Amino acid sequence: MPRPWRRRHLGTEADRATFRTLHSASLASPALREGLTTASAERSIRHLHDLLGSPALALTDTASALAWHGSGQHHVEQCPALAAATVERGSTRMFDRDDLPCDQPGCEIRTAIVSPLVVEERVVGTLQVFAAYPTAGLARAADEVAQWVSAQLELAELDASRTRLMEAEVRALRAQISPHFIYNSLGAIASFVRTDPDRARELLLEFADFTRYSFRRHGEYTTLAEELRSIERYLLLEQARFGDRLQVTLRIAPEVLPVAVPFLCIQPLVENAVRHGLESAEGGGHIRIVARDQGQECVIEVEDDGVGEDPDVVRRALAGDTSLDSTGLGNVDGRLRNAFGDDFGLVVETAPGAGTKVVVRVPKFAPGVHP
Amino acid sequence: MNLDAAPGIVAVTLVTIATLAIGTWGLRLSRTTSDFFVASRSVRPRLNASAIGGEYLSAASFLGVAGLVLTFGADMLWYPVGWTAGYLVLLVLVAAPLRRSGAYTLPDFAEARLGSRAVRSVCSLLVVAVGWLYLLPQFQGAGITLRSTLGAPTWVGPVIVGLVVLANVTSGGMRSITFVQAFQYWLKLTALLVPGTVLVAVWADDSTPFASGSDGWSVPIAAGGGEGLYVTYSLIIATFLGTMGLPHVVVRFYTNPDGRAARRTTLVVLALLGVFYLLPPLYGALGRVYAPELAGTRRSDALVLELPRIMLDGPVGELLTGLVTAGAFAAFLSTSSGLSIAVAGVLSQDVTGRPWAGRRLGGVSAFRLGAVVAVTVPCVVALAVPNLGVARAVGLAFAMAASTFCPLLLLGIWWRRLTPTGAIAGLLAGGVGCSVAIVWTLVVSRPDGWVDTLMGQPAAWSFPLAITTMVVVSLLTAARIPAHTGRFLVRLHTPEVLDLDRG
Repeated sequence: MPRPWRRRHLGTEADRATFRTLHSASLASPALREGLTTASAERSIRHLHDLLGSPALALTDTASALAWHGSGQHHVEQCPALAAATVERGSTRMFDRDDLPCDQPGCEIRTAIVSPLVVEERVVGTLQVFAAYPTAGLARAADEVAQWVSAQLELAELDASRTRLMEAEVRALRAQISPHFIYNSLGAIASFVRTDPDRARELLLEFADFTRYSFRRHGEYTTLAEELRSIERYLLLEQARFGDRLQVTLRIAPEVLPVAVPFLCIQPLVENAVRHGLESAEGGGHIRIVARDQGQECVIEVEDDGVGEDPDVVRRALAGDTSLDSTGLGNVDGRLRNAFGDDFGLVVETAPGAGTKVVVRVPKFAPGVHP
Repeated sequence: MNLDAAPGIVAVTLVTIATLAIGTWGLRLSRTTSDFFVASRSVRPRLNASAIGGEYLSAASFLGVAGLVLTFGADMLWYPVGWTAGYLVLLVLVAAPLRRSGAYTLPDFAEARLGSRAVRSVCSLLVVAVGWLYLLPQFQGAGITLRSTLGAPTWVGPVIVGLVVLANVTSGGMRSITFVQAFQYWLKLTALLVPGTVLVAVWADDSTPFASGSDGWSVPIAAGGGEGLYVTYSLIIATFLGTMGLPHVVVRFYTNPDGRAARRTTLVVLALLGVFYLLPPLYGALGRVYAPELAGTRRSDALVLELPRIMLDGPVGELLTGLVTAGAFAAFLSTSSGLSIAVAGVLSQDVTGRPWAGRRLGGVSAFRLGAVVAVTVPCVVALAVPNLGVARAVGLAFAMAASTFCPLLLLGIWWRRLTPTGAIAGLLAGGVGCSVAIVWTLVVSRPDGWVDTLMGQPAAWSFPLAITTMVVVSLLTAARIPAHTGRFLVRLHTPEVLDLDRG
């Protein structure tokens, strides 16, 4: 009976060399996925050095050295010049003794192979391999490793642009609230100006406060208390329009009011609930907002007894299909996942004719999240 | 069942029903948007302070102090003094910055301040250790209470309280926990104040002379010369500095809306605890007059429960017994619930919520499993080691907190050069030092001798050890100071009213 898990059954020498290479690469990639900085270069260069096996290795940006690993540390001053020359050419270059003046006896660094790191067709830095003498194999290896590092940096760029996209979506959401709601609110307030001037004045002030909060420029996060205050103003304005047709029940545990939540992450859900709730039959709609304390987490539920929705449509909205009218559902879901991780996405319970319940879970503490 | 048990049973039942009722209806319910303001108003400092008091005043305060004062005399007053003064240190040095950090638990604070998962893991381990050490005497106190008032075997108390706490914690007993805990404080205060007043009146009427203080009973330093002095100072360090590291106290500060409210809350807590702690020593002193035979026995912890019956016959004595039993039961219930929630929270986040064998439990099931573990372990230990003094065991929990979390909080809030490596080294030095002392006390303890004294009250050497290690190792690893330290400290120390980019 063969025992396949024995160490010597892991494969031939060539197989094991491949495994070692892949392992070094996997160790280097998390740091590189943060982009090309001094910190990430220092963390990854050891593993890149393992891949190449040359006496020394350096990572630079276009103007200066970021990290050095191996012997001959005194050559680090020559890195910027090598980098500049390579950036100018845009492809792998070989440098010899003349480019690397050295007064240290016994220094084994005589040549350098420098490959550019290219992200989105732009050179962002170089990978510099130092050795005693150049070989075709080393040049090929340096080129391949540089291309792999470039690919990792490109992924880092992708992560960064995804974050920028999220921020853009928040800005878009701020702008998205405006048109219908502003028009309708002002219309409702106008209808009170003659009959009930005091109420009209109060509503106008509420409206001013609501827009100030919604169009606020700074800060990605806010407290649940602030978000609820804005929702209160929103509901007051909607009630001015719909009167008794819109009923609201609230159950808020005061313990969770200081929880930090992404800015405007509950308000769009309430807006959806109002719309769906009032689309239902003659009686008008009933909306329930609940915030519960659950140990390390806070659970927020927004529920309406309206027309409901086909679960497939909601699934598509959550997946980011913007053609649907569930305003911001996918956006809120994306921002929650971005802030707290994939465990904390939206949960939507709905069926045609059965109302809709949206559940948001928020951890009381998450690193880097504060109002 | 005999007739003596009736008031106890009635009291325990009433406390349980009241707790569940407030838990259910306390959640603010409003039906129109005009009540929105009420619904979204944060917890006021006074209410929050009552809740902290309710959660904090444990079996050790309610039962242990009176028994200790009866047996050992006035030097034991350092326990209530320290348990109150701990909040003074918390108020001055920790309350507001801790709230501004946004941390919910101590591991959260460590992670936010030092940006290191490793420090977080060490802190989680220590939260569980401190929590269990503190839960242990709660369950033992429950055994004493039910034996004293109902005549039940000692193992019944831990099992019953364990089950009630577990049911409460896992079935959503956390709902409106602030109101429940605030109610528990006022119940505990009433349960000591009313019988205390009656008993003092009886004593004044009785013209029984006060027991003489000639045997050193009224000297505020423990007997035994140098060792006694050491024990007293060690106790002061443990209680003054340990309060800030208690997991169930820290999570309550999160309920405050800002740093200023956190300070105000702490100030009110100081007043509430100051009033409460006047009462247990009174029972101790009265016990010395009316029940000197309890001193030094295992029954001394039950003094508060037995004193009304000893001093008064008939229905009044029974009624007062019922009242103090209710207070004692509230003490176990509130403190053990708070601690179990805190420990279960950490367990669910860092142990039961992690993927095991490819499967991963969801939030609620992970929390429930965490709660079962959090309650079962100390419950079993309480059954296995039934003879640990209630207040002494709590003292060890305080010593542990003082030599681990106190250095972390003080340096984390007030010192810019703290590094993750330094924090871990200090936490381990304090934690391991205290653990050795605790195991020694529980397993190999012999009376007398300096070694035993040092092991029985470790705080006076383990706190300096921990904080020195933290400072020295941080200075040695100065290159690893987290990059965001400056920004984070600005956020901790800037009042909320200042308009400032807190990054």
